[in-house]
Amino acid sequence: MNFVLIFLITIFSLSLFFYGRSKTKSISIEKNIKLKALPKFYGYYLVLWCSIPALVFLLVWSLFEPIIIKTIIIETAANQGAIFDDKNEANLIYEKIKAIHLGTYFGDIDLILKESALSYAKFINLFTNSKVVLIFGIIISSVIYALNKIKNNNKARDDVERILKGLLFVSSLIAILTTLGIIFSLLFESIKFFSVINVFDYLFGTNWSPQRAFVRDASSITAEEYEDLKDAFGFIPLIAGTSFIAFIAMLVAVPVGLFSGIYMAEYASSKVRKFSKPIIEILAGIPTVVYGFFAALTVGPFFRQFGESLGLTVSSESALAAGLIMGIMIIPYVSSLSDDVINSVPQSLRDGSYAVGATKSETIKQVVIPAALPGIIGSVLLAVSRAIGETMIVVMAAGLAANLTINPLESTTTITTQIVMILVGDQEFDSPKTQSAFALGLTLFIATLILNYIAQRAVKKYREKYD
Amino acid sequence: MTKEERLKKRHKAEKRFRFYGVVSILVALLFVLILVQNIFSKGSSAFKKTVINVEIFFDQELLEIKNGASENEIIEADFYDVAIESLIKAYPTKNLKEENQLLKLFSGDAEFEIKQAFLDNNNLIGKKINLNITASDDIDQLHKGNYPRDLPEDRRRISDFQLVIYDFLVENDKIGKNFNNYFFKNGDSRDPELAGIGGALVGSFYSILICLLLAFPVAVLASIYLEEFAPKNKITDFIEININNLAAVPSIVYGLLALQILLATIQLPRSTPLVAGITLALMTLPRIIIPCRASLKAVPPSIREGALAVGASKFQSVFHHVVPLALPGTLSGTIIGLAQALGETAPLILIGMVAFVVDIPSSPVDPSSSLPVQVYLWSESAERGFVEKTSATIMMLLSFLIVMNFLAVYLRQKFEKRWN
Repeated sequence: MNFVLIFLITIFSLSLFFYGRSKTKSISIEKNIKLKALPKFYGYYLVLWCSIPALVFLLVWSLFEPIIIKTIIIETAANQGAIFDDKNEANLIYEKIKAIHLGTYFGDIDLILKESALSYAKFINLFTNSKVVLIFGIIISSVIYALNKIKNNNKARDDVERILKGLLFVSSLIAILTTLGIIFSLLFESIKFFSVINVFDYLFGTNWSPQRAFVRDASSITAEEYEDLKDAFGFIPLIAGTSFIAFIAMLVAVPVGLFSGIYMAEYASSKVRKFSKPIIEILAGIPTVVYGFFAALTVGPFFRQFGESLGLTVSSESALAAGLIMGIMIIPYVSSLSDDVINSVPQSLRDGSYAVGATKSETIKQVVIPAALPGIIGSVLLAVSRAIGETMIVVMAAGLAANLTINPLESTTTITTQIVMILVGDQEFDSPKTQSAFALGLTLFIATLILNYIAQRAVKKYREKYD
Repeated sequence: MTKEERLKKRHKAEKRFRFYGVVSILVALLFVLILVQNIFSKGSSAFKKTVINVEIFFDQELLEIKNGASENEIIEADFYDVAIESLIKAYPTKNLKEENQLLKLFSGDAEFEIKQAFLDNNNLIGKKINLNITASDDIDQLHKGNYPRDLPEDRRRISDFQLVIYDFLVENDKIGKNFNNYFFKNGDSRDPELAGIGGALVGSFYSILICLLLAFPVAVLASIYLEEFAPKNKITDFIEININNLAAVPSIVYGLLALQILLATIQLPRSTPLVAGITLALMTLPRIIIPCRASLKAVPPSIREGALAVGASKFQSVFHHVVPLALPGTLSGTIIGLAQALGETAPLILIGMVAFVVDIPSSPVDPSSSLPVQVYLWSESAERGFVEKTSATIMMLLSFLIVMNFLAVYLRQKFEKRWN
């Protein structure tokens, strides 16, 4: 239906374009009036008025139609005597009703379901019809408005440009909408989670095992059950594991990235630079799932065998393997940013240092790096925020159980791993377990936001200093 | 310490420092090499599959179809008995147990391969033909040399008797390697020898297409607004801060967004390229806007002023002059953004693309997988055959990324104007 409508709107718009263009042209010749814009702009004007209101309406309608129908149907089913305890069962009944309507349901159909399916069909029909009627109404009224404007020989080009400018503005607003969407979707579930689990129990609990949380109905938890629950959602092991793996990653990425950045900025000939820079950038372009595969199937087992030959017990999902590979993934972020930062240190500082007899490395260590330090710290912080938000490497190569450990040979888990583990497969709605994933997401979002803010401030301040 | 000694020490320190730099670059290069070599050595064998040459006898009595049966009748007909009777003649067996072991050397699809051969040729009833039947995963891995023979029997998936048959087949030149068409044609499967990336390829294609259709126009329009029209005020600043922050938000957060808004609220179908495409578009949008703005900024003001001077409106100066000049940079930024989106896994896992999907999706609203998710799924499987399949999928994924990146570089170098 929607495709037909979009097709019709397109056809109308196109014919209006040609109509508007030729009509204004012929009128201007006939009556010898000077048009205030080229004839084609009158065509554009009609097209915009014909299509934009109708398409916006169609979009908004399609977004809200399913939700409204669902609420109505579930309510009517409840009025007719269908019994469901929670949202899950209501959803199930709704899906059944929909399947009966589409003729794809092969289970027992009782009277209530049948009635509901009939009323579902009725509502769908009603909604579709009113949609079509409303859209045509909108098209007709907006086109009449536009035709009236054209009759009065408006400045069509200015009007078209004003509308298009509005369109440009709206597209740039999508960034704000996305941010709002992220914040709302995370907050919405997190608030539900924190209404069950105390924020402090979450932030300072030392035990994470959400699989223990079997509560179906979150609204009626006894004090005893709560004692048990609060032990399942302790954030400390996750933040410890995340920081630990990120720390190992930085141990690899910072020295290697920094030294290659310095070498490329200060020593390398343009030939070497031209060749090696893109190859290091390749590391940033490889999908993280590839790193994860490599870490899980090659590096992990290699470390275990190597450890065995030394008489050490190494978990095949050790923090070391995940951290090491993550560090390699992050090298280009550190190296290219610090390369940029070092390049923007003014040459006069170096020249001054050489003039008093310092060697190149002494100049770098004692003049260039201190001068570039805020920028370098900024780039390292950006890399840290990459590391804690990285998902696939840790999902595939780090462990699932939340161990509070600082032994790199054991397995630990991270925030992102737990989000994936909780949300893969069947989810129970409204259980603290599912909601906890959103609480973790919120924590992660805030953490990366703060890190990025500090890093961007640092880099910006530094840039301003030498501009 | 004399002056000379000190100088020597300082020069040594200089050399050491330089050496560290070289070593770090080499470490990065070495890792790229190791990774690529590792993936290639594991994955390249997946493009061939092991086949066993067997003589198939289309016995009239076992077939239950007459000469001149229509195509539908043949498709409906059961070829199981013909398959079994012919396959057990590949090696002389003594009892039922040995027969079973022999049959396990062939893929589960042997029956359908025989049926296909029957459909492709006319009038095979009562005749014998030699067919290459796909071998089972165990034989496949053994023949490719990925499977150790010298383990004790109880730790091997292949029995001693099966090894004897295998050696017999090798000696009589009945076993060989063919191009693995299943790998490109089939969807996912529990049997490694039948599993393919056909479904994942189509799923990835739809997702990226939707991502392109949504993200590219919006990103270009938004960057034109911010770069050319936006007044310097708080709203503009706020939009810019938002874009910069969104570019750094971890991808998994976009998965949570999609789960809550697209799946739970708007109720779009789970596991589909449609949802994947929208999610990836939201994620890629800020990453495309940033290079788009850079390329608009690189167009010198003289172009705009020239257009305005001969009487063009602001709009005409932007859309007739600035945008066409910035287009190569815009396109190359978009392609790089799409390449990142193609390799993105975490948000797709959250929207349910990890479901086991055998069918190849025929539209963006069918459940499907995607290339990186397929890598994740197969890497979790225990069978040895999937390691090779995973590596081969990575090879495909990486080659797409390389092509896209080269295209981006080419576009920029070939069409972009240098202004100074």
